[in-house]
Amino acid sequence: MGMKIAIASGKGGTGKTTVAVNLALSLGNVQLIDCDVENPNGHLFLGKELEEVEPVNLTVPLIDKAKCTNCGKCAEFCRYNALVTIKQATLFFPEMCHGCGGCTLVCPENAISEVPRPIGKIYHADVAGMDFWSGLLNIGEPMATPVIKRLKYHVAASRTVILDSPPGTACPVIETMSDADFVILVTEPTPFGLHDLKLAVEVVRLLGIPFGVIVNRMGSGDDRVQRHCGEEGIEVLMEIPQDQGIARLYSKGTPFVQEMPEWKAKFRDLHAGIMKVVGQ
Amino acid sequence: MKIAITSTGKESDAQMDPRFGRCQYFIILDPDTMKFTAHDNAGTMQRGGAGPMAAKAISDLGAEILITGDVGPNAFDALKAAGIKAYIGASGTVSQAVQQWKDGKLSEAGTASVASHAGMR
Repeated sequence: MGMKIAIASGKGGTGKTTVAVNLALSLGNVQLIDCDVENPNGHLFLGKELEEVEPVNLTVPLIDKAKCTNCGKCAEFCRYNALVTIKQATLFFPEMCHGCGGCTLVCPENAISEVPRPIGKIYHADVAGMDFWSGLLNIGEPMATPVIKRLKYHVAASRTVILDSPPGTACPVIETMSDADFVILVTEPTPFGLHDLKLAVEVVRLLGIPFGVIVNRMGSGDDRVQRHCGEEGIEVLMEIPQDQGIARLYSKGTPFVQEMPEWKAKFRDLHAGIMKVVGQ
Repeated sequence: MKIAITSTGKESDAQMDPRFGRCQYFIILDPDTMKFTAHDNAGTMQRGGAGPMAAKAISDLGAEILITGDVGPNAFDALKAAGIKAYIGASGTVSQAVQQWKDGKLSEAGTASVASHAGMR
């Protein structure tokens, strides 16, 4: 069995994708899944063209007006107000619909069929021993979670799976983390990094997933993150220094483990340590 | 005939509420007798879809005319389905808003006058 590791953070721009890509490149038999479907950029480090695999659809109701009696049962059922029955009309507001299918079930007239509504796309690339997947939410769509769910459908249980999470603490993050075996929280040694790390820790603790912290750009701020982690009994798994060499490679879109092989060993040790914690 | 006015309070001297879906109260009023009833708007608590729900609420209360500040696109579609004419741009108290409508100072919305979620800003 492989292990699923989610890379998350409260704050954006802490280096989640940097950690995810470099960790994935340091391990063999690995899947990297970019779950930041609003701003996917993991592929930029891989220098490979992505192949469009499939659309992501929500199944939404289509009402047969000839059969619909405007009884209002579907609208009464819908928790998201996507259906509203007013007088002799039942209206559907697609952007409110979560695609649960409940309206189809409760309709006594069998007037509702389900039709696909595209909200995003899934992409794939094969990169030197790495199976890379990413998703893209269509512009203006409010719900990222169904795209992440569909991405996770491609998880191969036999491999080590690295899930690169979007920033924040809301539904898309929880969807990304929800069945991970371990969460790595990436932060930076600044007041902003610490503040948002605390929020992310609350989420991971709520989900009951073992986790540890990577402090990126170490040396650019102070030791407030380490002090906090010490007080809270949170393990700091790795510190990545504020280093001109690393920054230069990043600015060219080159994963730093490719030019700095000593880091491959560090990421492998990190992975071995996580395996021990998870008990594999 | 009944008209609905969006309001911040339950009395006719309360300030009208320029928002439709997210207004505090609906005042349902007979413009001939000026008698009215006040109703809580459950839409203030809705996560989404407050506009269409508000249209349904005032339709169920028997309103044929709406006096408010603005209506969004989903609310507009729902009002249209309910056969309710929306008069927008009202201001002041509830009774002043009704007078503005009686005086023909309010225009009937032919399309949504604000973007989605305007009442949440």
